[in-house]
Amino acid sequence: MDFFHVLIVLLESTIRVSVPLVFAALAGLFTERAGVFDISLEGKMLGAAFAAGAAAAVSQSVWVGLAAAVLVSVLLSLVHGYASITQRGNQIVSGVAINFIVAGATVILGEAWFRQGGRTPALVEGARFQIVNFPGADAIRDVPVLGPIYADLLSGHFLLTYVAFAMVPISWWILFRTRFGLRLRAVGENPGAVDTAGISVIWLRYRAVICCGILCGFAGAYLSLAMTAGFVKGMTAGKGYIALAALIFAKWRPVNVMFACLLFGFLDALAIRLQGAPLPLIGRVPVQLMQALPYILTVVLLAGFIGKAIPPKAGGVPYVKER
Amino acid sequence: MSVPYAKLPGWVEYGLVPLVNLAVAFLVAGLVVLLVGENPLEAAYHLINGAFGRGEYIGFTLYYATTFIFTGLAVAVAFHAGLFNIGGEGQAYVGGIGVALACLWLDKVMPWYVVFPLAIVGSAFFGALWAFLPGWLQARRGSHIVITTIMFNFIASSLMVYLLTRVLKPLGSMAPQTRTFAEGGQLPKLDWLLAIFGLDVGTAPFNISFLLALAAAFAVWALIWRTRLGYEMRTMGHSPSAARYAGIRESRIIVITMMISGGLAGMMALNPIMGEQFRMQLDFVQGAGFVGIAVALMGRSHPAGIIPAAILFGVLYQGGAEIAFEMPSISRDMIVIIQGLVILFAGALENMFRPAIARAFAMRGQRAAALAQTKGA
Repeated sequence: MDFFHVLIVLLESTIRVSVPLVFAALAGLFTERAGVFDISLEGKMLGAAFAAGAAAAVSQSVWVGLAAAVLVSVLLSLVHGYASITQRGNQIVSGVAINFIVAGATVILGEAWFRQGGRTPALVEGARFQIVNFPGADAIRDVPVLGPIYADLLSGHFLLTYVAFAMVPISWWILFRTRFGLRLRAVGENPGAVDTAGISVIWLRYRAVICCGILCGFAGAYLSLAMTAGFVKGMTAGKGYIALAALIFAKWRPVNVMFACLLFGFLDALAIRLQGAPLPLIGRVPVQLMQALPYILTVVLLAGFIGKAIPPKAGGVPYVKER
Repeated sequence: MSVPYAKLPGWVEYGLVPLVNLAVAFLVAGLVVLLVGENPLEAAYHLINGAFGRGEYIGFTLYYATTFIFTGLAVAVAFHAGLFNIGGEGQAYVGGIGVALACLWLDKVMPWYVVFPLAIVGSAFFGALWAFLPGWLQARRGSHIVITTIMFNFIASSLMVYLLTRVLKPLGSMAPQTRTFAEGGQLPKLDWLLAIFGLDVGTAPFNISFLLALAAAFAVWALIWRTRLGYEMRTMGHSPSAARYAGIRESRIIVITMMISGGLAGMMALNPIMGEQFRMQLDFVQGAGFVGIAVALMGRSHPAGIIPAAILFGVLYQGGAEIAFEMPSISRDMIVIIQGLVILFAGALENMFRPAIARAFAMRGQRAAALAQTKGA
């Protein structure tokens, strides 16, 4: 029973750490499927987390915080969109630029506005997301096996956690079952054909980039309004890049994205839990190896050693009409 | 918008357009300073004074510039072959192993001029090694070089934490760093170079690797524009299909280019490790690999542009420290914003002002032509 208890705790923290990954990877899914590479997921998430923390601290309302997060993230997305769609600039360069601008600006503005060493003030109860408990969770906690699964694994998360996992089928439905999704995917594979059909490539890509901004806003808000009570400088700590890795690992498919995020989240949770304790069969694994594992796995996958990850064909290429 | 960009005279293409982009980046940075409630002009004064006010400050500025010349060249070499090496950070970090090994091995028995060449080879070797894998994976397995080099940055960071906490740390020490090197692992300062101009270098760690950086810049120029390999690299950068038709072996060029790029990034490690700290510490690269992207973009991937761009970023780093000291509400993170803005305006939005500038020149050209006609009549 002890092993079962450990497993439940581990899975619970897996869910907790993979929520921002799910949001950010789905965000990347929308833009990359539309042919716009985006390595600024990290920056958008960080900017959104800061906006959420700052707005919620000032207004004392979690919803204002969430709205501010989405707004800032969408604005950053539009900068990326303007550079890479309208100006036909290099999408990677634009993404790198946004990551830097946000990394610096969140610290400078946070320090100027709140003077707490780059933090935003700690949020009180009404200004942050509360844990949602399912009905009867406490009553059946003692039921063996099913009790802990219901009470600790399914119940007892933040609202945004459920939104994140609901976004997986929703994204799938949007991308694969609606006209907008079909066109969005087409624009990432063969923008010329979409243009010939009389549909604006530019406007479609802008809409994809805005979708990305909204989802990154949720990811950032989760970090500073749910996972912790306030913004801490550099709090994304490479999660945007892990999300990017998860997106590639999932071969740009929504349901796979969720599993990839859960896998990388699980590795993260396991590394925290083990802290250098020996594993059965393998022995002592350095924490650093566990931390590097998502990246190593992605490299191995990209190299085509476990399946082949084929990106959208027009990814990273600005669209030039009639050439 | 399918009109190709008009051809502009050289000084406009390589002088005016980058300067306009840079000016816009600094204007936006000035707005951020205003937003924080400080005076941008005062910040600019502290920036210039902090970077050039004294011999010591100039020494620090050039010390930072040395680092950025290496990483800027690394990014530029890859750009020429159409590759985006975003992994300079990881390659420089791993390159540190080569420097540390050479120093730890010989610093007590040999003088610096014996250790230094070995450290150069070591740093270039380890940097190239870390770039070889992404290059090989791109050439042979078709994995995207941007993604793999990002992943390799993170893997390098984990690897170095492991090495510095478990392997290279002296016994009985808690700090994750190597032991301090003896005399042989310390590069001489270039105080005499500044003394020519009557300046005193003071405590600034401006050292001989600056000369190595200049030599590397010259070597890169010679490689790209004066050798067959450089020609093949540029051909591939302009048009991979043309290169293929010309019988250039694409995979070979990709791997070699990435290794040269990684080697240059790795050599950056010489400057902080042997020039300043005399030991290898955690995170000694401090983002210099990413600054290299901004430097290469601003310098238009030409060594003659990279050196001034690197000095500009040296000014930002050294002068930025002075701003942070004089104006507490503007911390060193301001540099990160400026860096991002430079990458945005000089890189991603480089064509934003070009149509306007081109129009201005077309109009001037027409007027001159009209003038010549009336004179002739």
